[in-house]
Amino acid sequence: MPANNPTLHEAPESVLTESNAQLDITLEQLKKLVTPRAFTGETMLLNMGPQHPSTHGVLRLLLELDGETIVSCIPDIGFLHTGIEKTHEGKTYSKGIPLTDRIDYLAPLSNNLAYVGCVEKLLDLEVPLRAQYIRVILLELTRMNSHLVWLGTHALDIGAMSVFLYCMREREMILDVYELVAGARMMTSYFRVGGLWRDIPPGFTDLVQKILDVFPERLLEYEKLLKDNPMWKERTVGIGVIGKEDAIAYGMTGPSLRGSGVNYDVRKAYPYSSYDQFEFSVPVGSNGDVYDRYRCRMEEFHQSLKIIEQAMKRLPAGPVMVDNRKIAPPPKHEIAYSMESLIHHFKLWTEGFSVPEGEAYFAVESGKGEFGCYISANGGPKPRRVHFRAPSLCNLQALPRMSRGCLIADMVAIVGSIDIVLGEVDR
Amino acid sequence: MPDTLVSLPDFSGIVADLGDAVIETVVAHGEVTLVTTRERLIEALTYLRNQARFEMLVDETCVDYFPQEPRFAIVYQLNSLSRTMRLRVKVFLSEHDKTIPSACAVYLSANWLEREIYDLFGVTFEGHPDLRRILMPAGYEGHPLLKEVPVTVEEVAFSFNRRRIDADKPYARE
Amino acid sequence: MGLEQKLGDMGVVTTSLEKAVGWARSNAIWPMLFGLACCAIEMMSTQASRYDLSRFGMELMRASPRQSDLMIVAGRVSRKMAPVLRTLYDQMPDPKWVIAMGDCASCGGVFNNYAIVQGVDEIVPVDVYVAGCPPRPETLIEGILKLQDKIKQEPLKKWQ
Repeated sequence: MPANNPTLHEAPESVLTESNAQLDITLEQLKKLVTPRAFTGETMLLNMGPQHPSTHGVLRLLLELDGETIVSCIPDIGFLHTGIEKTHEGKTYSKGIPLTDRIDYLAPLSNNLAYVGCVEKLLDLEVPLRAQYIRVILLELTRMNSHLVWLGTHALDIGAMSVFLYCMREREMILDVYELVAGARMMTSYFRVGGLWRDIPPGFTDLVQKILDVFPERLLEYEKLLKDNPMWKERTVGIGVIGKEDAIAYGMTGPSLRGSGVNYDVRKAYPYSSYDQFEFSVPVGSNGDVYDRYRCRMEEFHQSLKIIEQAMKRLPAGPVMVDNRKIAPPPKHEIAYSMESLIHHFKLWTEGFSVPEGEAYFAVESGKGEFGCYISANGGPKPRRVHFRAPSLCNLQALPRMSRGCLIADMVAIVGSIDIVLGEVDR
Repeated sequence: MPDTLVSLPDFSGIVADLGDAVIETVVAHGEVTLVTTRERLIEALTYLRNQARFEMLVDETCVDYFPQEPRFAIVYQLNSLSRTMRLRVKVFLSEHDKTIPSACAVYLSANWLEREIYDLFGVTFEGHPDLRRILMPAGYEGHPLLKEVPVTVEEVAFSFNRRRIDADKPYARE
Repeated sequence: MGLEQKLGDMGVVTTSLEKAVGWARSNAIWPMLFGLACCAIEMMSTQASRYDLSRFGMELMRASPRQSDLMIVAGRVSRKMAPVLRTLYDQMPDPKWVIAMGDCASCGGVFNNYAIVQGVDEIVPVDVYVAGCPPRPETLIEGILKLQDKIKQEPLKKWQ
């Protein structure tokens, strides 16, 4: 860890004031963040991260400790700030899709849909039903992918090594599906404005069916390892509690909010991509502690499997892309004989399509919570502003509230339970 | 998308209650946007949270409308869990006076979102409890998401300019 | 034909000290547990069930830079992270090597913008670049094997 344990009163004042001119932070601002006891040396300031095995990336936490108890926690983010929103301003709408994969790299397809759905909303496009169903299948696989990595790393942090290896084993099955449809293991960019890149290749059904067959028993295996494990319960029950009102006020969404007993799921509240045609329930916890958030996510695995099963059964035939040639690229074989298609193709890849002036917000329920995309279009082929509403950012914001009064070892469990991805927090 | 076709909930009551705090109502793509002023913003947000039951501030961001004037818009996305409604509130800001009252007192989640806007756009939030940079390093100068900052920083390398770019690159030493 | 059959009659192998040390070093690399972004997830996959990096004797990741000699920069490095990364590199004891994993760490990748360092070689000297966004686990393993070859041929003088 880069820094040892400096307490603020020990730091020579001259050092801090000297750099103030260029740092535009005043000592007064920093003093407000900790209790006065930090200055008398009663409590200790401890730096955790950005290089720490259990901060899920490069999160930095400044902890004020009274012995082992956390008095206050000051998260410091931005170590993975990528400037994705700025880069979007220089890209056409279709060239922006690959950038969205890299926001929440554990759930690339949810990000794709939020962005693509927002552009479709601005263009008033109706996506073919087959494309919507395939999107639903892949979105639910993505949710399971995201939850598997969460479960593996969360358990690893608390000390259950084998769960991690099991989860990564099952995750490979989902990555195989990604690779089959999109050609890449992680960064798929499979959803396009107006539908999908291509129809699902042969072999897709078998792979998904295998997942549907294998997963229920594997989930039982995880449950056997953790659910009633006294050590697991000791580390999770009653830890990191956050109440209903607080969770809403902090803007928490997803399983972290539902663990506190609030029944809010974007798929139910504002259905997109024909989610209203599927039967599933939204698991809700009651205590708002680490254990309830864990239970919610584990139940979501079963619901995801249920949705995939329904979608696979009722998968309609038909096209997977809108037939509007101004937006959807023409098929390759058409270019060979149709002059018009050639022109469309050329225009789409050089200039891109224009989106009428306006603004829209489109949200999807990703594995972490409400992942939204806000686009302000200026009428040209490139957006004026693209902003992503990252669920992890708001969930992380509640961390100081959740961790107050906990032991320092619980910090690891709490950070794991809100399932943050720093790529999404910092964007 | 199908959800744009869903009939909109009735917003006329809210607009009537807010009175002249709303200077414009825009309905587009199945979404309602209320444009309010900087002076009446906190009053409007407080009403929307307490009376109209928009419990959650989902998102807050800033748009740079350069070269239009007023140049900046702060955009609030509100969500009502109990009524299942979304609402967008917008405030326009002039380039010459980039200050706006902070919404932290009304919505707790505004804290980091406003710090992000301050960091990336340089908009100052009055009454914010902890207005520091959040994403960029503390010594960074300027506000990167303003339109005058270029999108790319490094020239794209082709075979004709590859050597020159490589020669200018500051490589690290042991 | 194992060595065991020759026990008691081992014979003598002559080689240069440099080669012997290089061979020993190359097969006992301790990478630092240092994940940044997307590539870190692929790095986890590389160590996990299907790809199993421990086949090459280097699955033991150390969280402390003081105990490691290989830094795999897995992911994009932001301007805020750059000083931290350099500190970590300076904290690692010699001999030490760096793998730039993925396009972002190698050259900035798709993120040619204000926030991302255009290639981690601006901050630390890089030994092996692994291409891909993110590289597949096989690619990372190939990169590590390349590094092992490189270490085997390194002169001892380099780390004086």
